[in-house]
Amino acid sequence: MDTLNAGSVSAMLPSAFPIVDKDWELADTYTLHFATDGAFDFDPGQMVMISQPGVGEVPISISSNPDVHDRMSLTIRGSGSVTRALGRLDYGDVVGIRGPYGTPWPLDTAIDQDLMIIAGGIGLAPLRSLIYRALARRSDFRNLTLLYGSRDPQSLLFERELHEWRGRFDMEVEITVDRSSPEWMGEVGLVTSLVDRARFSEADAVAMVCGPEIMMHFVGIALTDKGMHPDNIFFSMERNMKCGIGLCGHCQLGAEFLCKDGPVFSLSRIEPLMKVEEL
Amino acid sequence: MAHIIDIDGLDGLIASLKAEFDVIGPIVRDGLIRYGPIGSVADLPRGWTDVQEGGSYRLEPGNTEALFGFVLGPDSGKTNLFPPRAPMWTYREGSFSATPDSTRPMAIIGLRACDLAAIAIQDEVLLNGPYVDSHYAARRSQLFIVAVNCTTFATNCFCTSMNTGPRLESGFDLGLTEVLDDHHFVVHVGSEAGASFLAGLDQRQATSDELAEADQLIDITANSITKRLDTTDIAQFLADNLESPRWSAIAERCLACTNCTAACPTCFCTSPVDTTDFDGSAARERVWDSCFSLDYSYMGGDPVRSSGSSRYRQWMTHKLGTWIEQFGTSGCVGCGRCITWCPVGIDITEEMAAMRAEVLAKEAR
Ligand SMILES: Cc1cc2nc3c(=O)[nH]c(=O)nc-3n(C[C@H](O)[C@H](O)[C@H](O)COP(=O)(O)OP(=O)(O)OC[C@H]3O[C@@H](n4cnc5c(N)ncnc54)[C@H](O)[C@@H]3O)c2cc1C
Ligand code: SF4
Ligand code: SF4
Ligand code: FES
Repeated sequence: MDTLNAGSVSAMLPSAFPIVDKDWELADTYTLHFATDGAFDFDPGQMVMISQPGVGEVPISISSNPDVHDRMSLTIRGSGSVTRALGRLDYGDVVGIRGPYGTPWPLDTAIDQDLMIIAGGIGLAPLRSLIYRALARRSDFRNLTLLYGSRDPQSLLFERELHEWRGRFDMEVEITVDRSSPEWMGEVGLVTSLVDRARFSEADAVAMVCGPEIMMHFVGIALTDKGMHPDNIFFSMERNMKCGIGLCGHCQLGAEFLCKDGPVFSLSRIEPLMKVEEL
Repeated sequence: MAHIIDIDGLDGLIASLKAEFDVIGPIVRDGLIRYGPIGSVADLPRGWTDVQEGGSYRLEPGNTEALFGFVLGPDSGKTNLFPPRAPMWTYREGSFSATPDSTRPMAIIGLRACDLAAIAIQDEVLLNGPYVDSHYAARRSQLFIVAVNCTTFATNCFCTSMNTGPRLESGFDLGLTEVLDDHHFVVHVGSEAGASFLAGLDQRQATSDELAEADQLIDITANSITKRLDTTDIAQFLADNLESPRWSAIAERCLACTNCTAACPTCFCTSPVDTTDFDGSAARERVWDSCFSLDYSYMGGDPVRSSGSSRYRQWMTHKLGTWIEQFGTSGCVGCGRCITWCPVGIDITEEMAAMRAEVLAKEAR
C-alpha cells in the first residue's frame, strides 16, 4: 500500500537562484541580477514569480536584455512586504524563481510600422527588455519612439540607458515629469502630452504601453484620438497574482486570466473590461 | 447491463476497497453529513435524511433504512481531492523541494451526479490548462469512485437545469441505485477497475424489472425538482448587466463570509501561505481563498474589489457566465450548496431570475 508520493503542485516549485549582483536604481527601486547559464529563455513582456522563502511570492516582469543569455534581471520597486524584503537581500542570497510566464509584447505586429513604446514610472522595467529587442531588430521597424513619463526628475529609471538611447540616431526619446525641480530642463506634464505632440503615422503605427492602469487608460484615449486603431495598441495589465499560471484565480478580469491570457493585451480586447469599475 | 448486490455486498465492496484505498464516505458528524474515513456499512448514515432551505440545514431521522436517504452536505469531491490546505514545497539550505503528499489513494463512496460533474469541471481547470496542479493530479488519477443515483432531492437542488443530474451518466467506477423494497442496490459499471471489484463480490445480474424500478426512482427525483435556473444566453446576459443596480441590492444582504465559495464543489481559488522554522527552513502551502475576501484582489495599496457588490458580482458572473468562456462549461452544477450554506439564504437562482425580470421590465418600458 503506497502513499501517493507525488511531488506536490510542482508547477509551483521555484528553482533556487543566487543573486549575483544588485543595483539600486532609485531610493526605493533596485535591480537583482541572476546568472542563468543560458538556460532561461524569455521574450520581452513576460514575467517570473519570485519568492523569498518564508515571506511570499510576487510577479515581476523581466527587465534585462532577452538576447543576453547568461543573465536575467528584475527591476523591483519596494512597495510592500515581499518587495521590501527582497530589497534587503544582496549578493549571494538565494531566492526562488519560476517562469517565465505570460504573453510577450507582440513585436511582429510592428514590422514595417512605426513602433511607439510608452512607459509610466516602473512600467519602464518590462519595456526595457522590449527596447533591447527592438534595437536588435531595428531594421524591421520604421520610426522607433520611447515616450516616458515619471513622477519627478529624481524618479527617472535607467538614466544610463536613457542617455544612451537619446544619443542614437535611429531612436526618438521623449521624457516628461509630472513635477519639476529647479535643475530639470526637460518637459513637465503627463505622458499623454508627449503622445499628443509625437509625430507618427497613425495608420501604420503600433504602441506598447506599460504603467499604472489610469495612465494606460489616458494614453489609450490619446492614441485613439490621434487615429490609431485599438487593435494596434497593447497594454501590460496588472492584478493580484498568486500563481502566474492560471490556477489560483486571483488575476481574473472578466473572462480573462491576466496571467495566462496576458499580461499583454490589445486595447480592443481589454478596453470593455477596463471600463467597468471594480471588475 | 447491471448487477444487484445487497447490503452485505456493499460491505464486501468497502472491505475489498480498503485493501487498496483509504475509503471515504458519508458519515454523520456535528449534525451534518460530512465525508470522512469509513470502515464498513455500519459507518454510513443509515436512516438519516437532510432538510435544506435557504440558509438552513437539518438532519432528521427518516422513516426508512436507507443508507443514502440524504442528498448532500457541505462536503463534495473537492473536500478530499482539492483539500482546504495542501503542502507545496519546503526550502532548506538554499534549495526548494516539493513536499510529498502523504495521502494514500482514495476511494470515495456516495458522490452524486452533480458531484461528478463538479469533479469534471475541476479537472478542466486544474488538469487541462497550460499548467497542471500536480497535487490534485496525483489524488485524482488514483481515485476510485462509487457514486450514487439520487432517489431523493433537496429543495435547493437544481441539477436538472444544469444538465448534471440526478442520473449518473459517467465519471464513476461503480454507480449504485439504492432500492428499499427488499433492500438492495442496482450497480452500474463505469470502468474496468469497477468491473473487477464488482466481480469479486457476491452479486448477480439485474432483471429488466429491477432495472426499470431503479430507473423509475431516479425519474421521480428528476420530475420532483422544481427549482430552476434559466441558462439561456446566460454568459452574454451577465456580461451585458455588469452595472445592474441588482448587485448592490444583493450586497446589502451578503455578509461576504465566503461560505458559498468554500461549499461550492467547483470553486478553485487559493492563496499561498508561507511559514518559517527556527532552523532557517521555510515551507509553503496553498489554502482555499475566496473572491469574497478583500485581500483576494489587493493591489498597490487597495483591493480592486472593495465594495461588496463587486465581490458578489465576481462570484456570480464567474460561476454562471465567464466560466463558460474560460472552460467551456458552466462553473455551476446546480447542487444548491451555496444557497443552503449562505447564512442569510441568498439564492443564486432567485437572484438570476430577479435580474432577468428587471431587464425584461426595463425593456417593456
Ligand atoms: C504582470 C506583473 C508584472 C509586474 N512587474 C513588476 C516589475 O517589473 N517591477 C515591480 O516593481 N513591480 C512589478 N509588479 C508589481 C508587483 O508584483 C507588486 O509590487 C508586488 O506584488 C507587491 O507585493 P508586496 O508583497 O511587496 O506588497 P504588499 O503591499 O505587501 O502586497 C501584498 C500582496 O498583494 C499583491 N499585490 C500588491 N500590490 C500589487 C501590484 N501592484 N500588482 C500585483 N499584485 C500586487 C501581491 O500578491 C502581494 O503579495 C508586477 C505585477 C504584475 C501583475
Ligand atoms: S454555485 Fe452554488 S449551486 Fe452552483 S455548483 Fe456552486 S454551490 Fe452548487
Ligand atoms: S467564484 Fe470566486 S472563489 Fe469561486 S472560482 Fe470564481 S473567483 Fe474563485
Ligand atoms: S495569477 Fe493565479 S490564475 Fe492568474
